[in-house]
Amino acid sequence: MMFEPDSHEHDLLNRASLDHCVKCTICETQCPVAAVTPLFSGPKYVGPQAERFRHGESVDHSLDYCSSCGICTHVCPQGVHIAELNSVARAAMKADHMPLRDQLISRTTFMGMAMTPVAPIANAVLKFKPARIAVEKVVGIHRDAAMPTAHTQTLVGWLRGRTAPKAGSRGKLIFFHGCAQNYFEVETGIKTIEVLEHLGFEVIVPKQGCCGLPLQSNGIFDTARSWVRKLVAQLREAPQDLPIISCSTSCGGMLKHEANEILGVKDADLLEVGGRMRDICEFLLEMYDNGELDTSGWLPNQLTIPYHAPCQLRGQNIGTPAVQLMELVPGITVVESGAYCCGIAGTYGLKKEKYDVAMKVGKPVFDKVVAVNEGVAACDSETCRWQIEQATSVPTVHPIAFIHQAMGLSRLPVKTGS
Amino acid sequence: MRSLDVDVVVIGGGSTGVGVVRDVAMRGYKAVLVDRVDLAQGTSGRFHGLLHSGGRYVVSDPNSARECAEENVIITRIQANAVETTGGLFVTGPDDDPEFGDKFLAGAAANGVAATEIAVAEALKREPRLNPGIKRAVSVHDGSVDGWQLVWTAAQSAKEYGAQILTYHKVTSIERDGDTVSAVMCHDAKTGEDVKIGCHFVLNCAGAWAGEIAGMAGCHDVQVVPGRGIMVAMNHRLVNSVVNRMIYPSDGDIIVPVHTVCIIGTTDVKAPDPDHLPIPHDEVQQMFDAGEVLVPGFRKARALHVWAGARPLVKDSRVGAGDTRHMSRGMSVLDHSERDGLKGLLTISGGKLTTYRLMAEHIVNAMEEQLGTPHPCRTADEVCPSGTTKDATYVPENYHVTHRLHDREHDRMHDQILCECELLSRRMFTDKLAELPNASLDDLRRQLRLGMGPCQGGFCTARAAGVAHEVGTVDTERATGLLRLFLEHRWLGLWPILYGDQVRQTALDNWIFSGTLDVEHLPEGAEVV
Repeated sequence: MMFEPDSHEHDLLNRASLDHCVKCTICETQCPVAAVTPLFSGPKYVGPQAERFRHGESVDHSLDYCSSCGICTHVCPQGVHIAELNSVARAAMKADHMPLRDQLISRTTFMGMAMTPVAPIANAVLKFKPARIAVEKVVGIHRDAAMPTAHTQTLVGWLRGRTAPKAGSRGKLIFFHGCAQNYFEVETGIKTIEVLEHLGFEVIVPKQGCCGLPLQSNGIFDTARSWVRKLVAQLREAPQDLPIISCSTSCGGMLKHEANEILGVKDADLLEVGGRMRDICEFLLEMYDNGELDTSGWLPNQLTIPYHAPCQLRGQNIGTPAVQLMELVPGITVVESGAYCCGIAGTYGLKKEKYDVAMKVGKPVFDKVVAVNEGVAACDSETCRWQIEQATSVPTVHPIAFIHQAMGLSRLPVKTGS
Repeated sequence: MRSLDVDVVVIGGGSTGVGVVRDVAMRGYKAVLVDRVDLAQGTSGRFHGLLHSGGRYVVSDPNSARECAEENVIITRIQANAVETTGGLFVTGPDDDPEFGDKFLAGAAANGVAATEIAVAEALKREPRLNPGIKRAVSVHDGSVDGWQLVWTAAQSAKEYGAQILTYHKVTSIERDGDTVSAVMCHDAKTGEDVKIGCHFVLNCAGAWAGEIAGMAGCHDVQVVPGRGIMVAMNHRLVNSVVNRMIYPSDGDIIVPVHTVCIIGTTDVKAPDPDHLPIPHDEVQQMFDAGEVLVPGFRKARALHVWAGARPLVKDSRVGAGDTRHMSRGMSVLDHSERDGLKGLLTISGGKLTTYRLMAEHIVNAMEEQLGTPHPCRTADEVCPSGTTKDATYVPENYHVTHRLHDREHDRMHDQILCECELLSRRMFTDKLAELPNASLDDLRRQLRLGMGPCQGGFCTARAAGVAHEVGTVDTERATGLLRLFLEHRWLGLWPILYGDQVRQTALDNWIFSGTLDVEHLPEGAEVV
């Protein structure tokens, strides 16, 4: 298949960056997938090397073993957009034969909308082995892969049903919940809103759809572009001078840089919205650094927490604000996983042919979580949490849960034990 | 001294020579080809890689244009695996005269060169990096051709008809018996032996060196003027079809996508000695400036390698002796019996790679005219062996840039990659080495593209020398010599283009080889070519 010449897939940027590769192999030594399986030829191979042999088509189908974690781009000392090259090459490859499975799992809003009304049944089905075996056979989602838990109430439903607190003194903020917080991680969304409101912000939640990231990472670029553009328009319906807060690292990262760098969406509106996007931990730590976050009344919590910084967070180039933020809570000690990737990489680890690879990739993370945990682990990204929880049976929550608890907002302590 | 007897000795292992020896052998003569070094190590391996549609010459040299158009079709068919059918564009740059396009189209129509004017927008769609300021665009059937593949497949075909190919055999003298050529004396550089080849006829296809060879037979003042041209290979294909400027032939007016790179060229300056071709800095800069006209940002792209070749141009009394650009690209056959009173010697010069088969046909016809034994020429009808497989049912297809990536996708789990940039597997290397145990790493490079990618041998040279040693083909001393020699040769084409990304690469390579491996203090090898 050939891309339209004026499309981003033909754009000079990613391909031109291959000129910077000096074959140093640093990316290959850091790639978590290549480290655990020979099925993947490694980022240098499928990126700057293979790209010189591509002419509108990707004959090297094994490039799909790339999990798009982006570590290669991050560690490249020469500035080669390795992961982006791979994403574009994958999109070229899949344009001709996109599996139904990849179409399905990349439409998160559709899954959420389908599962919410029948949440108990959906959850039961997903936990029912024979059903999962059937799903694996027919659709190609691995029988043991971590699937999200559906809830009977969405975040939007909760917002509609509650009485919002009186407008605070600190002004307004916009909350971008993403699909996960709306359908599957409702509690994280609620806690984020409650923390912000407790600090005196009025939280505006405009109507919003999916950012298109799962479509993008599955190589469905055109639909991803239209979805992210629609979301940008929705977020701009709210006042346009306010920060936008996200507690989803991947969706926030999509608006901050991936839609621009990988999909090539250069719209001024997208760049404007991306410029206002703040990760919740980044935002709170910034407040703390500016002397605006009073932690004096925070409840102590004697707890050692294993924490995994997700790949999608690294791509945002904001460091690991959650570590310092959680340690502002008296008594909390954070132990970082020290590993790059948990293996799930969005939807990668769900796929039956990738599941074993993903579990091997995540093993150092799992081992650390198991060794360190005192009943709970933390991670900013929802799919990583599902993966860690599935692999270790250690409940894994967003760091905001500990702030929520320290502020005395939680009726129950953060879930521990299983 | 070794001796052998044949009907015909062909001197020169470039495209013309192998085309000639193939034709001679197919017509039933016992033939041998000799070259002082490897096949296609001279001009045939140092050109653009352009398989002309004829478009380049429709205004300046209509006869060449017509020949190119016809031969393009033939070569694409009979040597499919050497040719990529990229297609080509002639474009009027922002400052070029758009009216030249009318002359171009008229010339194309008059000389059988397929050419269709297309909208500028369509040209930009096809080649998105093209200068959006171009004013006209014409689509033609240009292709790209691997000169080495072309030469080997023709040589392979010649061998199947009984011809012998003797590389690294330097001609030392041509002997005569009365007024007729009787033998060619050679020195075998690999074994140190002298070889006497008794013959009835000698065909001098030594290209830029043809004057020197004719001189050995006592035929002096053969006027071949070497026209030196430099070419620069860029790291990846900035264009996927051949892009020509639609102007009267000039310097740096063509970019050709060949394998994984694209090549810009060329200059054209009279060279006093085809063995010493300088690469002046100002000419390199001239190429980048010219590239910038066709592809904005060209200067920022990474240059990989630069080289110079010598065209064997025929001296033409119509143009000044120093103006090689405007000498005819046409071919000419010199009959030394008329000119010098020596029977059994013909010299061919001029021409171009695209028309090599036709040149061969001409000189072999001229030979048969002298011998009085005419046979039909069949070189256009028969497909050359592919050189890649011994399977008789294999039908060669035209080369495509994705081929190696496709092959590695299938053997990636059980074979090592030796040259990462050009995706050369260990198996490909060891197979070729077994076939050519005396080969230098440069000989193998021409066959396999070893070391021709971005790192220019930085990572594969030590692997290749190590593997050659490990499989027992070369001993420690020779492996060391091969490694050093290969690095020295890569360097020749690197230093004149060191800027930007290639500087960083070269620095890293240098740290590895000088800093870590201390290659400068390894013993030097015995081989020098």
